[in-house]
Amino acid sequence: MTRIWPWLCAASVALSLFMLGLLLALLLTRGLGHFWPSTLEVATLDSGELIAGEAVRETALPQRDGKERLYFTANRDIDGARWRWVAIDSIASRQTPTKLLRLQRGPWGDFIGYLSAYEDGQQRLEGEAAWQALATALAAPANTRPPATLVLETADGQLIRQALADIHRAQRPNAMHPGEKLRYWAHGVWQFLSEGPRAANTGGGVWPAIFGTVLMVIVMSVIVMPFGVLAAIYLNEIAHQGRLTRLVRIGVRNLAGVPSIVYGVFGLGVFVYGIGSSVDQWFFEDTLPSPTFGTGGLLWASLTLALLTLPVVIVATEEGLARIPDSQREGAVALGATRLETLTRIVLPMAMPAMLTAVILAVARAAGEVAPLMLVGVAKLAPQMPLDGDFPYLHLERKFMHLGYHLFDTAFHGDDVQAAIPLVYATALLLVTIVLVLNLTAIFLRHYLRRQRGQPC
Amino acid sequence: MLASNQGHNNMPHQDQSCLSIDAFSLAYAGKQALHELTLEIPRHRVTAFIGPSGCGKSTLLRAINRLHDLNDETSHQGRIMVEGIDIHSPDIDVSELRRRIGMVFQTPNPFPMSIYENVAFGLRLQGRTAKRKRDDIIEWALTSAALWDEVKDRLHQSAWQLSGGQQQRLVIARTLAVQPEILLLDEPASALDPVSTLKIEELICNLKSQLTLVLVTHNMQQAARVSDFTAFLSQGELIEYGPTDQLFTNPRLRHTENYITGRIN
Repeated sequence: MTRIWPWLCAASVALSLFMLGLLLALLLTRGLGHFWPSTLEVATLDSGELIAGEAVRETALPQRDGKERLYFTANRDIDGARWRWVAIDSIASRQTPTKLLRLQRGPWGDFIGYLSAYEDGQQRLEGEAAWQALATALAAPANTRPPATLVLETADGQLIRQALADIHRAQRPNAMHPGEKLRYWAHGVWQFLSEGPRAANTGGGVWPAIFGTVLMVIVMSVIVMPFGVLAAIYLNEIAHQGRLTRLVRIGVRNLAGVPSIVYGVFGLGVFVYGIGSSVDQWFFEDTLPSPTFGTGGLLWASLTLALLTLPVVIVATEEGLARIPDSQREGAVALGATRLETLTRIVLPMAMPAMLTAVILAVARAAGEVAPLMLVGVAKLAPQMPLDGDFPYLHLERKFMHLGYHLFDTAFHGDDVQAAIPLVYATALLLVTIVLVLNLTAIFLRHYLRRQRGQPC
Repeated sequence: MLASNQGHNNMPHQDQSCLSIDAFSLAYAGKQALHELTLEIPRHRVTAFIGPSGCGKSTLLRAINRLHDLNDETSHQGRIMVEGIDIHSPDIDVSELRRRIGMVFQTPNPFPMSIYENVAFGLRLQGRTAKRKRDDIIEWALTSAALWDEVKDRLHQSAWQLSGGQQQRLVIARTLAVQPEILLLDEPASALDPVSTLKIEELICNLKSQLTLVLVTHNMQQAARVSDFTAFLSQGELIEYGPTDQLFTNPRLRHTENYITGRIN
């Protein structure tokens, strides 16, 4: 009986690690795999029909034996659908022609087919020359591209014309060798990170959302840290340790358990409708009735999340303060330090690692919150960044984009949920990465501070 | 019980007294910890407080430094006079008082900063000192604490890397740097190994020429070795107080004798 105990504990640790590893592996493969130029194939059915697309997955047929395969066929403007289930036993043959082309386009999503001609007003190029011209044109920045038209041919021979201006990227994955694929993949990842969203968040990049998330977390930390640290100092160093202090402490700890949407409602009622509309009446009367601060924005979202993370900060800081032995305080006091001097010269520097722990916990909590943000300032698409070159540079009243909300929006509000799934994984991976990076920064800072003082790490 | 210091004829004379405790009582959270203690502590001598655990000797020592101010549940009666001035009088500057009365605690408590900054801490509290002068004071304090030779090449390393004995001597140096008149030592060697203990004891004997020392100790031999006068406390009361050799060789009271010979604790 006593032998099973350590095994039980070890097993639960192993299970947790396994689940975590599984989560990260899933996000990594699905998220990053999305940008890999996967092989396109042309399947010839028994009926003679040709289907060009990317084989996504296979499942068992519901009624009879055998399997069916899901093809991503794109070409929504032609077929009306992007996906096609095909029973495997109805496929006569499969080829992977090297000339098969995949285009990322503006209005209708991807195109899969062949490039038959490239027309730029003066000349009409065909075959390999057309592909060369297209690749050259796409390598140039979007605003310097020539006004050209592409003539595209689907696998079953339909011709369409497409303006070059609508094309974002073109690839012939079957003709690429692994090095080219890797370069294409890296470029795709970079575009995802650095560009704005397209086509109602179902394509393009997430840069505004990354920026909004990080900025909101920073503004929140700047707001919450002074309040949290001061409150913790009061509770631990100044207040009489009586019943009332204990009660306050219990209250603070319980605040951490309030559902986050409740904070969102509070933020909406108090910050947005309460304070925000008053601010509008006093300072922005000329723009009324269109609200400035009387609607959700970066400031109100940061304040709401600051409120949400305040208990976390107070508790973590207070624990750090309580860990400082009284002998340190007495040592300073015995040398003639006043209470304030003891606090600023001994206690606060010693509590610095704990405060950084508090920041870590607050950031981890805040970066992942979506529910309250939906009420107080997050936007599906923010036309302007909250930080730009226009005075006063930081626009606290603007709505902003947030990765968590972007994820939710991509997953449920697009017109093609199936196509959005890889993007959801990629966004989730990014959110995890951002929280990890923010945390690691604080952890290294804490490690550095401890090393500097010769404290054990 | 009776505070019986009248019996010994070579007790510190009033004029030699640096610190006089006059009918001092202290209660902590309603519980009486010290009962009307009266004793004179002579200048430039080592006075030891001995007694069983919980007898109030540390409490008395901390009261001299007004460390009980940090706790708002204590109340006191009677007086403690340092050089004729009541330390509890309202117009006294507590920070200045604590600078004049240094205190060293049971466990070494160097601050989490460099050796240099530890010793400079008290000086910096008093305001700006020219670096040259500060360096001189620091060297002097570390030399007085018999630590200079061991740390002079690594003054800017963390103080927490020193050994326990070195840390305790650093704390003494830190206290000496602000030039106190009285040094209170609360079992300064109880957490240290025998060699470090010996060094601290030597240091105590050497510091006698500069200032007045008050030592709380559990160790009878230590009290006998280093102190000039010894006060025996029990349950918050002063049982016997006199020159150390007299108290140890010829205690007046049976209670004292029993404690010294180890029959009670």
